[in-house]
Amino acid sequence: MQSLILTTATRLLVALLLVFSIYALLRGHNLPGGGFIGGLIGATAFILYAITATVEEAKSALLVDPSNIAVAGLGFAAIGGLASVLAGKPFLTGLWLFLFAEEGGKGMPLSTVLLFDAGVYLAVFGGILTLVFALEEET
Amino acid sequence: MELLLAVTTGILTAVAVYLMLSKNLLRYLWGLVLLSNAVNFVIFLGGRLTPGAPPLIDEGEYAPVGEVANALPQALVLTAIVISFGLMAFALALIYRTYMTIGTVTSTEMRIAEPRPRKSESDE
Amino acid sequence: MSWLLVYPIVIPLLTAVLTYILRHNPAGRWISVAGTLALLLTSVMLLASVIREGVIAAQMSDWNAPFGITLVADYLSAVMVVITAITGLATVVYCLGEIPERLERSGFFALLQVLLMGVCGAFVTGDLFNLYVWFEVMLISSFGLLVMGGSREQLDGGVKYVTLNLVSTIMFLSGVGILYGITGTLNMADLHAAVREVENTGLLTTVAVMFLVAFGVKAALFPLFFWLPASYHTPPVAVSAIFAGLLTKVGVYALIRVFTLIFDQDVGYTHTLMLWMAVATMVMGVLGAAAMNDFRRILSFHIVSQIGYMILGLALFTPLGLLGAVFYLVHHIIVKANLFFIAGVAKRIGGSTDLSKLGGLYANAPVLAFLFLIPAFSLAGFPPLSGFWAKFLIVKAALDAQMWIVAGVALAVGLLTVFSMTKIWGAAFWPDHPEGTKPRLSDIPVFERLAMMLPVGALALLTCVIGLFPEPFVTFAETAAGQLLDPTDYISTVLGVQP
Repeated sequence: MQSLILTTATRLLVALLLVFSIYALLRGHNLPGGGFIGGLIGATAFILYAITATVEEAKSALLVDPSNIAVAGLGFAAIGGLASVLAGKPFLTGLWLFLFAEEGGKGMPLSTVLLFDAGVYLAVFGGILTLVFALEEET
Repeated sequence: MELLLAVTTGILTAVAVYLMLSKNLLRYLWGLVLLSNAVNFVIFLGGRLTPGAPPLIDEGEYAPVGEVANALPQALVLTAIVISFGLMAFALALIYRTYMTIGTVTSTEMRIAEPRPRKSESDE
Repeated sequence: MSWLLVYPIVIPLLTAVLTYILRHNPAGRWISVAGTLALLLTSVMLLASVIREGVIAAQMSDWNAPFGITLVADYLSAVMVVITAITGLATVVYCLGEIPERLERSGFFALLQVLLMGVCGAFVTGDLFNLYVWFEVMLISSFGLLVMGGSREQLDGGVKYVTLNLVSTIMFLSGVGILYGITGTLNMADLHAAVREVENTGLLTTVAVMFLVAFGVKAALFPLFFWLPASYHTPPVAVSAIFAGLLTKVGVYALIRVFTLIFDQDVGYTHTLMLWMAVATMVMGVLGAAAMNDFRRILSFHIVSQIGYMILGLALFTPLGLLGAVFYLVHHIIVKANLFFIAGVAKRIGGSTDLSKLGGLYANAPVLAFLFLIPAFSLAGFPPLSGFWAKFLIVKAALDAQMWIVAGVALAVGLLTVFSMTKIWGAAFWPDHPEGTKPRLSDIPVFERLAMMLPVGALALLTCVIGLFPEPFVTFAETAAGQLLDPTDYISTVLGVQP
């Protein structure tokens, strides 16, 4: 689509949306946000790019086939769930690791829940883009 | 509030059923979208509307303090929204593809998989 | 907690991921075969463990029932998972011979694994909402498989399949919502006790009927079955086979589970309604089949008619009836998948599934003809094959309940089934091919022939084994039916087990 305003705005928006999507993913454990909404925001960035430029350009900017991203996301989610085997806990149990934790502080919390959420993020991101690119290409 | 939501559910269902009675597949699909939203209201109402705080447990506590909202219906509705979003997107893509291939979205004209016996050529 | 309950879900998921990533590589399909083999092994271990220890349950993610998601396997669930793995393995092997590379590249084998994951998940879950999620997993992958390839017939059938199944989904979901509203729980074992305390029994019966409609669409019961014969004959044969074998049976399984564990209050209303739906299903299915003139469409209508028998067993609600339903379920999955496989081989060498364009299979491919007779006679209920015992048990249960008309209809439908099978035999196998060609099995390249005939032979063998040695299978089904009618074990295991 040819529109100067949209093209100019997209340059800024794509980067902003991608950063915001990561932000939404990371804050999602205790606050509104999470993998699903993060994935949607991230996908919006590339959809916007595909509308202003072309689907081909959006695809080449993505480097990887979106359906592969989606399936890799499923894999990450499965691994995040299976990680609890190592601790002898049931499937999908969250395991936490507090890096650099000091007295009174939690340091940097890492968890299998985050891995699971990142998997959801990738699955939604890839899934939506696969569908939208397929629809865009046919019109 | 319950009454308002219940009435909304009823209206949504009525509109959805009207749309789904149409021969046009696209209208049928919009009907389904509305109906799935009506169902989300039903689940939401099923959990009772409680004007409480978000069901989050504070640091150091074992259970939430004070009155909190029922978290389960929210989780169910969220899951249902995600799933119906995926299904509707697929159905829309399928109907679009069907339109491009067969050339119609009128359900009574779609008889390729089940042709009428003997005069199957005439209606394709 | 027992990891055996998690394997049927995780193994297909990981296999699907690997298979999809390697879809451009021949290794992908072999990973798919290996993954399904692993599924079969672990499901047999699950079954062995259930036979040894009784009902087993596991709580996901460290949450106790009824708050978390419980996976649970009793005799019925365990045997359904095993039969899913067997059918899955047969289908994957058959696909090696049938599925063109074009479909493989768009991720066919991965979708098949996702379908298996959904089916296994639906069998082992102990939570009603989780059951809904597995239904959706199953549904979305079946949508993909059904229209993959995108021919005109497929899209036409696919639209009907998708639109009607979405309605059933929404019906299921609203039933779940209302049930949660009146009981406050969704754990099926917990619901068993919770529904007994509900005062508004009228509303409960309404919810029961909503579930009956929702699962009835999936299972293709009488007024709700129209999507099935409209779509099952359009996709590749392997897809028809696994759909015919497994998908409708998940609906039947869900009906059996829900109407024995939760809605056993107002039996006089719900089960009588189900009884007449079952009778109508049998009759309509078999009459529809008699009117058809295509190998796969005849078989599609027969799925409908056979579903009637299973639901009849459930609707009678006697120990013998449920025994028959469980036995019928297992027998029918094997037989029906096998018949579709044979239709696929016939299409491959004869060039069509239209009966008027087929012929000469008996003279030129006697092995195939012999292998057709086994499942066909079994479907019609000839002794000593598995279908005879299945029908015998159901009819006996109907006679014991003094439902003479119902038993009579069941027998008459069996007779009409013979008519349809004879029609296929008389058109596709007996006379010469209308175009004078000689359809031989040796026309198919060796590898593909092996891949297509191996599942057919193996499933036919299984049919014979069940038919000739029914004793252990009937005893097994008896225990399963006992657990269904008296779910004390199921409930105490689910609610008592610590993560």
